[in-house]
Amino acid sequence: MSVFQIVQAGTAPGLPEPVSPRNVPHRGGDANPSAEALKLRFGGAVSRVDVVWGETAVTIDVARALEIVQWLHDDETQSYEYLVDVTAVEFRDRDQPMEMIWHLRSIKYRRFLRLKAQLPKGKPMHVPSICPVYKSADWLERECYDMFGITFDGHPDLRRILLWEQYAEGFPLRKDFPLRGRFSRAEQLRQALAANPEARYSMEELAIADAFEELPLDMRARIKGGESTGE
Amino acid sequence: MGLTAPAKSHVVSIDPANTDSWMTTRLDFLVNWGRANSLWPMPFGTACCAIEFMASAASKFDLARFGMERMGYSPRQADVLICAGRVPFKLAPVLRRIWQQMPQPKWAISMGACASTGGMFDNYAVVQGIDTIIPVDVYVPGCPPRPEALIYGIMMLQKKVMKDRMGDTAARDEMEPDPKSQFYIPATLVDELSEPFGNSVQQTRSGM
Repeated sequence: MSVFQIVQAGTAPGLPEPVSPRNVPHRGGDANPSAEALKLRFGGAVSRVDVVWGETAVTIDVARALEIVQWLHDDETQSYEYLVDVTAVEFRDRDQPMEMIWHLRSIKYRRFLRLKAQLPKGKPMHVPSICPVYKSADWLERECYDMFGITFDGHPDLRRILLWEQYAEGFPLRKDFPLRGRFSRAEQLRQALAANPEARYSMEELAIADAFEELPLDMRARIKGGESTGE
Repeated sequence: MGLTAPAKSHVVSIDPANTDSWMTTRLDFLVNWGRANSLWPMPFGTACCAIEFMASAASKFDLARFGMERMGYSPRQADVLICAGRVPFKLAPVLRRIWQQMPQPKWAISMGACASTGGMFDNYAVVQGIDTIIPVDVYVPGCPPRPEALIYGIMMLQKKVMKDRMGDTAARDEMEPDPKSQFYIPATLVDELSEPFGNSVQQTRSGM
């Protein structure tokens, strides 16, 4: 598949005309055909299939997530070209494992598929990064790391994205995180003010990085030394 | 001719009989009058308040009537910082730096509930009032305030500017933040200003 191949909605052969869904049952509607295909292809890695309000959620083995997503993306009969979201859910029940969630959409087949994987509590959470398949997973996985502390193995640049990199209070969307943070307001503000607003950008994020080689020597030295923009 | 009587602070005296067109007033009054009627704002818009600010600046409400037609997007050429919207902790050093880059004399308006108190965002990410970062002259309540409210705040600031005395230089000295904490105010006061109030008292502090 070339990089800019245009995918048109519903161009797969034999697809019925789209109709607005009516009287969708809460549970147990028609499952996305990809769920059955996943069961056939990956067998034991697929532990359950739920259909909630007409949307199919397939629970998979977290260790094989990359393999499964790669197949869903590449296989001609699936063609999930579009990664909608990567996120996680922690439940109030302490014993219930956290859930890793991927939302995929196939434009060609007009299908939506939700993949879930369970992450047991009480040990470091590792999930294979799907950046090799979807470039758009980069920031989504960084946000998920930022908010939940889930480590994505194989991510090219896994660091905080919304909070600053020195943020020391933990992972805000975890249930054990107090709403107002762990530190006093004064301490939070002190740490925030101590940060250099310009030091938060990596060289890759600055537009200047493209032209780095053409810059004068002294400017290159300054940028390499950590200074991002001159004042 | 000329100086007929000692000028009061708000009096411009003129002698109609005098053909040389003398006019007397206090220098304080003249300078303040000039300043109050050409306050160049530095808009620091982060959220919905900035939309109301834009509405205030646009033709219907027309901030230019108050001498504010020039938005100083460079802090070095601005007189009044208008912070419109919530300020997350990540933005705190940016706001502080913009304030420090503004030349004296300078004033600050905190526009809206979030900028003034953190508003409904009593959480880990939002500064509980920009007065913990920079000194604020006028607080405009509202969520967001209507343009009339902002204009009322600006007129209050103009009254404050008119009360400035050139002899009182202390008010115009650039404050030095505490070198350790970078605060302008004591840390205990930051905590006190950030105390939850209203409905947010009911929010759980401990999570689970």
